[in-house]
Amino acid sequence: MVSVKEIQGAAGLSGDQLLDIYYKMLLARTVGQRERMLNRMGKGPFAVTGEGHEATQVGTAFPLKPGYDWVVPYYRDIGVALTIGQSPRDLLLAHLSRADDISSGGRNMPSHFSDPHLRIVSGSAPVATHLPHGAGIALASKLRGLDEVTIVYTGDGGTSTGDCHEAMNFAGVHKLAVIFVIENNQYAISVPTRKQFAVEDVSTRAEGYGFPGVTVDGNDVLAVYAAAKDAIERARRGDGATLIEAKTYRLVPHTSDDDDRRYRSREEVEQWTARDPLVRYRGWLKEYNVADERKLDGLHEQAAREVDEATEEAESAPTPKPESALTHVFVED
Amino acid sequence: MPEKTMVEAIRDAMFEEMKRDDRVIVMGEDVGEGGVFRATEGFVAEFGEDRCMDTPLAESCIVGAAIGASLNGIIPIAEIQFADFSHPAFDQIVSEAARLHYRSNGTWSCPIVVRTPYGSGIHGGPYHSQSIEAFYAHVPGLKVICVASPYDAKGLLKSAIRDPNPVIFLEHKKAYRAFRQDIPDEDYTIPIGQAETKREGTDISLITYGMMTHHSLKAAETVEQENGASVEVIDLRTVSPWDKERVLESVKKTGKALIVYEDNITGGFGAEVAATIAQDAFEYLDGPVTRVASPDVPISPYSGILEEYILPNPEKIAEAIRKLAAY
Repeated sequence: MVSVKEIQGAAGLSGDQLLDIYYKMLLARTVGQRERMLNRMGKGPFAVTGEGHEATQVGTAFPLKPGYDWVVPYYRDIGVALTIGQSPRDLLLAHLSRADDISSGGRNMPSHFSDPHLRIVSGSAPVATHLPHGAGIALASKLRGLDEVTIVYTGDGGTSTGDCHEAMNFAGVHKLAVIFVIENNQYAISVPTRKQFAVEDVSTRAEGYGFPGVTVDGNDVLAVYAAAKDAIERARRGDGATLIEAKTYRLVPHTSDDDDRRYRSREEVEQWTARDPLVRYRGWLKEYNVADERKLDGLHEQAAREVDEATEEAESAPTPKPESALTHVFVED
Repeated sequence: MPEKTMVEAIRDAMFEEMKRDDRVIVMGEDVGEGGVFRATEGFVAEFGEDRCMDTPLAESCIVGAAIGASLNGIIPIAEIQFADFSHPAFDQIVSEAARLHYRSNGTWSCPIVVRTPYGSGIHGGPYHSQSIEAFYAHVPGLKVICVASPYDAKGLLKSAIRDPNPVIFLEHKKAYRAFRQDIPDEDYTIPIGQAETKREGTDISLITYGMMTHHSLKAAETVEQENGASVEVIDLRTVSPWDKERVLESVKKTGKALIVYEDNITGGFGAEVAATIAQDAFEYLDGPVTRVASPDVPISPYSGILEEYILPNPEKIAEAIRKLAAY
């Protein structure tokens, strides 16, 4: 393996790590595509995925310590869940709402990731209600004297909610080890960011909360990784929160029930397809001789194989027992 | 045994639980200075600002941050200054706290208590008087407690803090300093979901909770002295889960049910009680299941004259008892 320590822009990552990042991005892309395909085949009633967001999701989650640090994802974060340790099988079991779906046992919609052992916190569908949870988790870490870091994710639309403001303000007041990642894909379903906020970079809001805000190219995985790593180190040493705005683009409709042709021109989608984070990163890996064409093709095949196997397993996995719908309303003493 | 007011009993419950368990904290607006009702008086001196935490004025975040902290080893008591101000946190309570355990297939839990003063009769106007129990009793995954006496408040608050589920703990503010009761020095709890028969009777079962328990007891005394009608008064104390067995047992004995609640009549919690009695005790009934509650106007107007006109009181309850007794 080529040593990449001297490569400018490699953010101190080893060759293996650089390829691991690429593989996680590939898996995220492949799982997203597979879920949409299964939906079109009538096998899963709903799909919400994040094709185009892979650099943002994998780049921010990669510097965390899985199972020690906390993530509070939103419904597009397939790349976050995979990077922290959920498997394609986990995600496909959820997609097909099977009994063994670790996230919810078929109770929540797909892409509502959860796993207490990995400290991936279950989320709901109302947008940004989970931002105060991220702040609260970080408050607990502080009260308990632990150097855990929490990352909480939302989209550009989420920044308009009261909970977003309240959580960021709370994190600022208490100097909490929480990082707010805004996956700004420029549309909240059909509403463009110019109708969402009146600033160019929503990261500037951080100043009002007393912590740093940065805007990064959300399609450049190493830039995202570097920003996240800085923020995580800051948080871990007790210097408080950071707001990271990653500007990206979703290459697919909002969900399987959306037709984005209503609100996005095909020319615009084409322009962003040309900036596909996977294509860009693949080019970078080749340019700096981290891997050759053959090696990278091998990773594509490996990801496809892994997702194929996961699909087969998920499809043959048992569905929940109907009467199990009545359980777990309360924790029984 | 020392005599305590309800607010003192509530303070003692929290204080003792925070002494007993380091994980318990209280967070909310003005709690650092003791709170507007003084329920956390002296807490900062004893426990420090980290465990008696003043929060920004943002109710959704108070509950939302409490939920988050509860996932990471803390047992938060989130104080909302008045129940009327809890509505910004409705989403956090209903979408998040109540559903977290269910939606995660039992893998996450949310041991928080949301404490808040509720209820009318103190010239609080439309925004310091509301009853909110019906909203939350409707939501699976929440426990909802309504207290209006010192002994019950202390025992139930301790149970709420020790409960692994989210609990909405509603303290009738008119009862905060209206009564004193002997409170044992030793630790005690009252099970959530258990009603108490506050007065035995044979002719009518009167089912109530909160401040209306006190008014109902007065009304029952008045009527018994007048004409001998014997009224059994049951204080639900917990509206979710509620003690159906106790209520049905009583109604099967008396054959008549009167339900008294302070909230607006339509869709109030008493409607659920009435429906259950009508269905499960139908063959025992010897009169119409009757409700006394506030009319469907925003509770409550500020003026004492207007407020008194709206709210159930001992006279109105006594009148309903007489009518039902005569049926």
